[in-house]
Amino acid sequence: MGDITDGRFGRFGGQYIPESLVGACQEVEREFRAAWADEAFRARLDGLLRDYAGRPSPLTVCDRLSDELGLRLLLKREDLNHTGSHKINNVLGQALLAQRMGKTRLVAETGAGQHGVATATAAALLGLDCVVYMGAVDMERQKLNVFRMRLLGAEVRSAETGSRTLKDAVNEAMRDWVATVESSHYLLGSAMGPHPYPWMVRELHRVIGDEAREQCRALDGRDPDVVTACVGGGSNAIGVFSGFVDTAADLVGVEPAGGAAIGHGVPGIVHGALSFLLQDDHGQVQEAESISAGLDYPGVGAEHAHLADLGRARYERVTDAEVLDAFQLLSRTEGIIPALEPAHALAWVSRARAELAGKTVLLNLSGRGDKDVAQVAELLGHDVS
Amino acid sequence: MGTLEKHLRARRDSGRKLLMPYVSGGITDDWLDVIRAYDDAGADAVEVGIPFSDPVMDGPTIQAANDQALRRGATPISILSELQGLDVSIPLIAMTYANIPYRMGYRRFVEELGRAGVHGAIIPDIPLEELDPWEEAVGDADVDTVMLASPISSDERLRRLTARSRGFVYGVNVLGVTGERADVGAWTADLAGRLKQVTDLPVVMGFGISSPETAAAAAAPSDGVIVASAIMRLLLDGGSALDAGAFVARLRDAIDTAL
Repeated sequence: MGDITDGRFGRFGGQYIPESLVGACQEVEREFRAAWADEAFRARLDGLLRDYAGRPSPLTVCDRLSDELGLRLLLKREDLNHTGSHKINNVLGQALLAQRMGKTRLVAETGAGQHGVATATAAALLGLDCVVYMGAVDMERQKLNVFRMRLLGAEVRSAETGSRTLKDAVNEAMRDWVATVESSHYLLGSAMGPHPYPWMVRELHRVIGDEAREQCRALDGRDPDVVTACVGGGSNAIGVFSGFVDTAADLVGVEPAGGAAIGHGVPGIVHGALSFLLQDDHGQVQEAESISAGLDYPGVGAEHAHLADLGRARYERVTDAEVLDAFQLLSRTEGIIPALEPAHALAWVSRARAELAGKTVLLNLSGRGDKDVAQVAELLGHDVS
Repeated sequence: MGTLEKHLRARRDSGRKLLMPYVSGGITDDWLDVIRAYDDAGADAVEVGIPFSDPVMDGPTIQAANDQALRRGATPISILSELQGLDVSIPLIAMTYANIPYRMGYRRFVEELGRAGVHGAIIPDIPLEELDPWEEAVGDADVDTVMLASPISSDERLRRLTARSRGFVYGVNVLGVTGERADVGAWTADLAGRLKQVTDLPVVMGFGISSPETAAAAAAPSDGVIVASAIMRLLLDGGSALDAGAFVARLRDAIDTAL
């Protein structure tokens, strides 16, 4: 997982973008490359990650749940970051980059709202304008995050076309960027989209994997047997995988059954990249559907498609019902209410407990569950209104 | 030289400004009559949209036109099949997004274009960086690949993309997506002029051209115009093929009168 120069991960990736965005993507690549090699930039980012976002995030050994499952479960606690998820790592890096490029406005898409909240937060911190596109359906599902973004000074615009979820928010963000490319930076929230985003976003999240690897070695003197994370676009997974791709650890990404781009295994081109893509026989992109707005994306980051191709990582699918069980299981046994997204990874661990017996499993707990509590209450038949 | 380019160059060289209206394939029952009406109204070529679910270069009107076509059951194959043997005197150009040909297989898509009598392809999300496999699939088929130029493309890029464009070069008038605008903006003359300096391909401007006035203004510094959203809105609002033809005739008059 080193540098990439041609914008490809094996046969995936690329820059399937209109001519008007080619120059902007080239500028982002050039500037990020320079910034990433610039000690002053790195020091500024590291300082913000430490003093503002609260890094390093802890590694928690789950004693009670480990006993219950018959394995040893370690959680990388990205849920404890400022704004409640791993998203802040990427956002602070890209917001600093935008400032370095002289851009005054951030454009972002959001699904569950975590990336939108993180982007609005960074914009407030650095004094940048911020517009977040969110599918109309997701705005309804995640009203509190909409309010949070507005509280932080961002403008939230509803994506009213197509399935009115994350993929449509990406379309609207790209349309905005096409028109405002001279003053705006598109702060893409996952390790997807055209080059250089999949590479840049992975680099900004590799802090998760680098920290976890050190923490695991300090704890156990060895690497975990299995590293697992949920995969929608795949940013938290690629971040934690990047710390372990050169170890013997098994890498397991977990997709929602209703949005399993890799699971279905059909390549396609959307949002600037060639990757696996949920689509019909004619090439029309299909809507992903799962309990978790943050994973409702029909595509997946190109590097995950490549890791699946290589067989270096494997990708499993879990159902909404399994996710709900896992959500409650972690809450009850460890006192940690997870976001529905990482509950997918836990759902797989729980199902695969026989295969995993006695092994050490590192799970990237990418976000906390506060945003999901009302939805889960409703799904479980509790009236909390 | 391909059929499309030969045709457009001949018309351009005769002193005529080119007019290319667009229609979303399958938007109405009588969408083929829309193409016939364009032909009767003096269009020089017709752009036929093959709808894609996630068209990032298109504004609300073309999105709505595509959605209507998809809801009516249009598919890439159904659209191309319906075009077979169409009785018009002007070339047809397919406009779509990369995943439509990619899903079918680039090579088969090119064959289907040939079978449908389509002589050009506009695929905005295949820029120079991703052009090789597509060009290879086109091979020596009589399908001209039209490249798009943006107002912020550097002169160096304009040279490279016009060198690989066939048929004509599509100058995008605006920074932004397709859709009607009150005027064609400040970029048009600059981009058309810069394109003229690097190519003798026909330079045809599109995006934001929605009236006889804007058509004449954008045609003046270039070789012609593409008009899409204004006509699709007319069809979405219930206008007939004849209404669409009448609108194109007014555009024709405006750009001819301005000459």
